Amino acid sequence: MAGSGTSAPLDLTLRVWRQKNRNADGRLAEYPLKSISPDMSFLEMLDVLNEQLIRGGDEPVVFDHDCREGICGSCNLFINGRAHGPESGTTTCQLHMRKFKTGDTITVEPWRAGSFPINKDLSVDRSAFDRIIQAGGYVSINTGGAPDGNEIPVPKSIADRAFEAATCIGCGACVAACPNSSAMLFTSAKVAQLALLPQGQVERKTRVENMVAQMDIEGFGACSNIGSCAAECPVGISLENIAILNREFISAKATSDNIG
Amino acid sequence: MILESKAPEGPLAQRWDAHKFNVKLVNPANKRKYDIIVVGTGLAGASAAATLAELGYNVKAFTYHDSPRRAHSIAAQGGINAAKNYQNDGDSIHRLFYDTIKGGDYRAREANVYRLAQVSVDIIDQCVAQGVPFAREYGGLLANRSFGGAQVSRTFYARGQTGQQLLLGAYSALQRQIAYGKVKMYARHEMLDVVTIDGRARGIVTRNLITGAIDSHSAHAVLLCTGGYGNVFYLSTNAKNSNVTAAWRAHKRGALMANPCFTQIHPTCIPVSGDYQSKLTLMSESLRNDGRVWVPKAKGDKRRPSDIPEDERDYFLERKYPAFGNLVPRDVASRNAKQACDEGRGVGSTGLAVYLDFADAIKRDSLERVSQKYGNLFEMYEKITGENPYQQPMRIYPAVHYTMGGLWVDYNLMTTVPGLYALGEANFSDHGANRLGASALMQGLADGYFVVPYTIGDYLARIPLAPVPTTHPAFKEIEADVQARTEKLLAIKGTRTVDDFHKALGHLMWDYCGMSRSEEGLRHAKAEISKLRAEFWRDVRVTGEAAELNQTLEKAGRVADFLELGELMVDDALDRNESCGGHFREEYQTEEGEALRDDDNFAYVAAWEYRGDNQPEVLHKEELVFENVKLTQRSYK
Repeated sequence: MAGSGTSAPLDLTLRVWRQKNRNADGRLAEYPLKSISPDMSFLEMLDVLNEQLIRGGDEPVVFDHDCREGICGSCNLFINGRAHGPESGTTTCQLHMRKFKTGDTITVEPWRAGSFPINKDLSVDRSAFDRIIQAGGYVSINTGGAPDGNEIPVPKSIADRAFEAATCIGCGACVAACPNSSAMLFTSAKVAQLALLPQGQVERKTRVENMVAQMDIEGFGACSNIGSCAAECPVGISLENIAILNREFISAKATSDNIG
Repeated sequence: MILESKAPEGPLAQRWDAHKFNVKLVNPANKRKYDIIVVGTGLAGASAAATLAELGYNVKAFTYHDSPRRAHSIAAQGGINAAKNYQNDGDSIHRLFYDTIKGGDYRAREANVYRLAQVSVDIIDQCVAQGVPFAREYGGLLANRSFGGAQVSRTFYARGQTGQQLLLGAYSALQRQIAYGKVKMYARHEMLDVVTIDGRARGIVTRNLITGAIDSHSAHAVLLCTGGYGNVFYLSTNAKNSNVTAAWRAHKRGALMANPCFTQIHPTCIPVSGDYQSKLTLMSESLRNDGRVWVPKAKGDKRRPSDIPEDERDYFLERKYPAFGNLVPRDVASRNAKQACDEGRGVGSTGLAVYLDFADAIKRDSLERVSQKYGNLFEMYEKITGENPYQQPMRIYPAVHYTMGGLWVDYNLMTTVPGLYALGEANFSDHGANRLGASALMQGLADGYFVVPYTIGDYLARIPLAPVPTTHPAFKEIEADVQARTEKLLAIKGTRTVDDFHKALGHLMWDYCGMSRSEEGLRHAKAEISKLRAEFWRDVRVTGEAAELNQTLEKAGRVADFLELGELMVDDALDRNESCGGHFREEYQTEEGEALRDDDNFAYVAAWEYRGDNQPEVLHKEELVFENVKLTQRSYK
């Protein structure tokens, strides 16, 4: 327990994916690590490893991270075969070493998906997600002309559901967890948020059509309703959103006024 | 140098409207001929980039993140203030203005703050129209709460993730403009210098963080929306990559830095658990609505909290401030926690924590009710500490959270370098010596959506239209500077790691330029920082190469700048011989130990001018004139 000093430090073996750049071959390198406090976060453990590597004259392991409080979506490690590691509903930065035992071997890999090429070591390129949003994940209004915020009442239940979908942090765990590397959970969360709210109605049909098309262009796989995306999502984005997307997509295609 | 605020005269409520009428406009057909660089894509940067592109300007936006959606605005929990008065409880633009000026301990510019309160109402409308899912009442209207001890309910929120939802709104507007081709987005690019030609900002030099390539980008104006510098303390609630480099490079190219010592320390953060600690996590201020803050009465009392009887506990905030109790402002709550720990009454293994106890709230309102209000926060606390706050009190300690200081800007948000603007936390403008809760999001979006899109036209309409090619010698010269600096860092090949230096700097800043400052301590810190900086350039070890993804090199450049900023913060704290807001000088306090302001001598903005390496910076003063508020001493007794 933090501050109480009752848990013994851990001795671990890390197997970490090292890859010089996008085109180089990669391999798992093994590093012993001693006296890791169980109160450390997983990323703090990697900080310790990196300090050790630098002092020994080696290059530290590159990994993406920023807020370290579970909201920015930067961190993205595949730990012992699971996106963000063994604890459910948790980003890598919020995973703590008390979830591991002394003597454990921990394998750390980057997200594995063709649409997320590796930059270096554990860092991947997730710009495909931005391009899916660019295809329609917005309401097309310019700054300045908005009506009063209370002009259109939104039922609380609808606002709450839209909020739940909107909490996606864009980390890509859904893609990494999916055997098809599908981006359906990510895309559906944005489609559902805007399909639920009155502000999203005007572009409802074109939005879902264009975002799904972009998802395909980026090379993400198809959804076959396995559900590992939702199971591994650190913020609990529901599989229900994929059902909403499918309904939106079919109804858009059936009634499309998206001429040309 | 004379600091011209360019704040308009006349009745306060009409100044912004009058100014908007008086500024020059850029002809709609000409807007596409102007290029604008926006650095940073948080609330200020994303909203500015999107809005300027909507107006027709060509925007180039830069972020060191892999996506603009990662900016640290995303982590803001509590909410965003706006003077909508939807709750019919007496709020108004003037009241929000007054609360902000007073909360800032009378060290902000009246005209700016009034404008902020005015445009706050438009921000909410804009965000709702974008599809931001704010909390709503059962009738479908927007919900509000009172925040940080405010007397009215003017805070709009999206559960505990308001920053995320507002940022994703601005991000979506930005993505739309990228799709239209009006914004060219440069992700994983870090700005390393600003380029001035004939005294005007005409571009920036960046490093591509994937390839290491150093490139120039030219424009008619440059907007720095690069956030605050709280990470000078190493440990703060800022994201790990948040840094001062863009602002500091601009400072060294002529932009004055204002009130750098004004730092906000947030009282309710999860305490440090060991020296591996990499950042601190904020627990929402709302916890103080129901939690009671206490420490044992006796020094060094190591019993478990449940074993300490009621009459041996000191609920020090309730004891000292009976009127406000646990809800005193952030600076007061923080300072008192520090004092209790300095007296040897701190709790936990480090002794640097106080209890925040919910036992009475659970007894009074039921466990279920407490869980409804704070469930997600309790869960987060347990995840990080392994302790269950329903069963034992939380341990909290203050942490650096926000920096009110920043680049000096005039009413148009322009720095002292023509064509160079600073928006959001990167500027100093609206919060004085202390920021109110839920006002950071408001200011970032106000600057980006509703202020700079108007004021920038006035500048652009007056300068030559012709673009400057990046082959211009000024660009080449700065590129060479950046290259040389990178090579210099890599060539040192010393023995100490970058983090090692950063932690050492953080300790000095926290101990001597943190919650409480004294002349003696500050002088000591100044000498130590200077020594540390020299050692850094002699003994830092930066591994890897320039032409690759190299996070150690990125960090080294940022820490080098923090080592310079730290000394300026100390200078600023030494100059300000008074206590105000987040700046508490031990020599200047009332008999009861409260901050003692000196309005006769220090009602000014301290703006510092860089004069060359190892030269003392020169202080310029912008006197603050208060025509619409009466200066009072804050009292929470």
